Formats: sequence, C-alpha cells, structure tokens
Amino acid sequence: MAKKAESSLKNMLLALTLIALVASLALALVNNVTKGPIEKVNKEKIAQAVAKVLPAYDNYTVDTVMVETKKGEQPMVRYTAVDAEGNLVGKAMESWDDNGFGGRLSAMVGFDAEGNISGYEILASSETPGLGAKADTWFQKDGKGNVIGMNPATNNITVKKDGGEVDAITGSTITSRAYCRMIATAYSAFNTEK
Amino acid sequence: MKATDIIKNGLIKENPIWVLVLGMCPTLATTTSAKNGLCMGLATTFVLMCSNVVISLLKSLVPDKVRIPCFIVVIATFVTIVQMVMQGFIPDLYASLGLFIPLIVVNCIVLGRAEAFASKNNVWYSFLDGLFIGLGFTWALTLLGIVREALGAGSFFGVNFIGGADGMLLFILAPGGFLCLGLLMALINHIRNRKKA
Repeated sequence: MAKKAESSLKNMLLALTLIALVASLALALVNNVTKGPIEKVNKEKIAQAVAKVLPAYDNYTVDTVMVETKKGEQPMVRYTAVDAEGNLVGKAMESWDDNGFGGRLSAMVGFDAEGNISGYEILASSETPGLGAKADTWFQKDGKGNVIGMNPATNNITVKKDGGEVDAITGSTITSRAYCRMIATAYSAFNTEK
Repeated sequence: MKATDIIKNGLIKENPIWVLVLGMCPTLATTTSAKNGLCMGLATTFVLMCSNVVISLLKSLVPDKVRIPCFIVVIATFVTIVQMVMQGFIPDLYASLGLFIPLIVVNCIVLGRAEAFASKNNVWYSFLDGLFIGLGFTWALTLLGIVREALGAGSFFGVNFIGGADGMLLFILAPGGFLCLGLLMALINHIRNRKKA
C-alpha cells in the first residue's frame, strides 16, 4: 500500500485543487446531459397546468404583470389564451400567497373571458398532508369548497368564517384563507392592462 | 475480514437506522410513504457506493489535514449528479423528495462510512460496504414507510386498501414518525437480542 501523502501545504493545496477540478468537470458534463430534459419537464408542467385551468383555446401568449402584494409590487407570470379568430378565451396566472400554513402556496389560476374562475392547479405547497394539502382537490368542481364558476367581481371569494362564500377546508382555515388571497391576487393580474 | 461479514454488517449488525441510529433527519422526513422511503434509500445507496469507491481510491493521495473537505466535495458531487438526473428524468419523484436530495450531502451515514471505512479499506471492500450499508438504510426506510403509509393513509405503495375511510393522519405527520421509528427499533432489537441469547 502506498504511503499516505504528508500534510504539507503543497500537498494539501494540490489535493484540494485537483479534487475540486475533477468534481466541477464531472458536474459540468452531467449538467450538459440533463439541462435539456429538465427544461423540457418544467415547460411541459407549465403548459399542462395552463391547458388544465382554461377553457379550450388555440394559442396563448406569455407576459409578466406587476401585482400588489404584502411585500410591495411583484411580478406575476400571465398566460393570455385566444381562439383561432384571436378572441380572448381566458387568462391563467402563476399566482401565489406567502402566508399558507407551511409558507408559500402557489397555483396556476385560470379565468375565462368574463372573469369567472375556470380552474386551478396547485403548483407548489408545503401544507400539512391530509389537511391543508387537500387544497388540490377541495376547491375543484366536484370538491366540497367548489369555487369554479365564481367571479371575484360579483362573488365574495373569502372563507365563510370571514363573511365570504367559500367553504374552508375542514381544520385548515389558514390554508383556505391563503388560497382565497391567491385567487384575489390572480384576479388583479387578470384585470391589469398590458 | 470477509465479504460476507461486510454484507451482514450493513444489513443487520451495523444497520445505520436500527443499530447505529444515524441519519435520522431524512429517515423521519421522507418515510411518509413506502415509495418515498424506498427511493430516498436507493438515492442514498448510490451516493454511498460511489463516494466510498472514490474515497477509497483517493485515500493515499489525500493529506490527513484536508481529508474532510475532500470527502465532502466528492460526496456533494455525487449528490448533485443524483439530483440533476432525478429532476430531468423522474420529475414526479423529484417533486416529492426534492428538498431532501441535496441534504444527502450532510447525511452522517455517508461521511461516517467514508471516514470509518473507505479511508481505511481497499476499493472492493469499500464498494461492498457502501452498497450494503445503503441497502440496510433502504430496507429500514422502506419498512418504516410501509408502516406509516398503512396506518396513516391506509395504502400500500400508493394502492389504497381501506376504501373511502381516512387513515390515522398522525402517522403521516412527524409525531407518528417518531412513534413508529421507536416502536420498530424496539421490536427489531428485541428480535436480535433473542437470537443472540
């Protein structure tokens, strides 16, 4: 067995430098291979979410609008969908709220041309499993707290405890409130002109 | 030392969860379902195997005083590779394990085996040690995941077996994790002790 390298300054520098070099080379190679698939996966995820929350459309454009949040103005990504003749079908927003039970709750929220909620899809949440995490189905059309078809302009999209029209998830009022605020933020982006 | 000793060591005698009680953070956090536990175990096994082999190869080139930084760089490299590959090719799994993959870097099992085994033994033994300590970790995580998922969600690897009823939520949450871990650990050590006697 070879003798162990001495802990001299030269040896230490050499060893660390060499290892760091080889490690970064390996990572660069792997990154090259996986960069494409990762981008594709992320794009597909967004495209699927947009398709799921909006009525049938032919095409959509992407822009960013500023929305008012507790932390000041922040950019929100908006997808504007049109049919073959160029008429507005609806808009989908990558909306979020930072005050869910487990931090940020974000979802793709879709509105049709009149501003009725046409669908939503939770993108990321750290809500409690079995309680707040139910938000992914609870507010859907066949869920107990159905919000689909409601219009923030005419309906009061807050939980019943706060005087609104939305049935909160049992035992998860905080998540439900965050969800309602997220819808409201998305609706403000829906109304923002270019 | 024989190869069979290393295998037994990893799976039972020095099982990282039941006997050494190492790496408790990912153990409790990722075992909310059997599938998550199994995949976390396999990801850790891969990292352990690769880092053990590389560190064993490097052991005579690395001066003692900088060995820990060197080990960590090697481990972090493999973890990042796992993370990128998982993100690109198995995105669903990445979504449920996401946060805990980078944390494999600081999993004390990985550094522990590098320090206690790979830096003293030859490449073949180090490879075996990495593989079987990893598999020991994997079966422990999977068992814990199966028990917690069965009690908490009423399903087995995602297949529901209690119909529409809700499971006992407690077992999916952290307190249930501690309870299951403690009870299983007691049971397994009881069985081991009885065999010895």
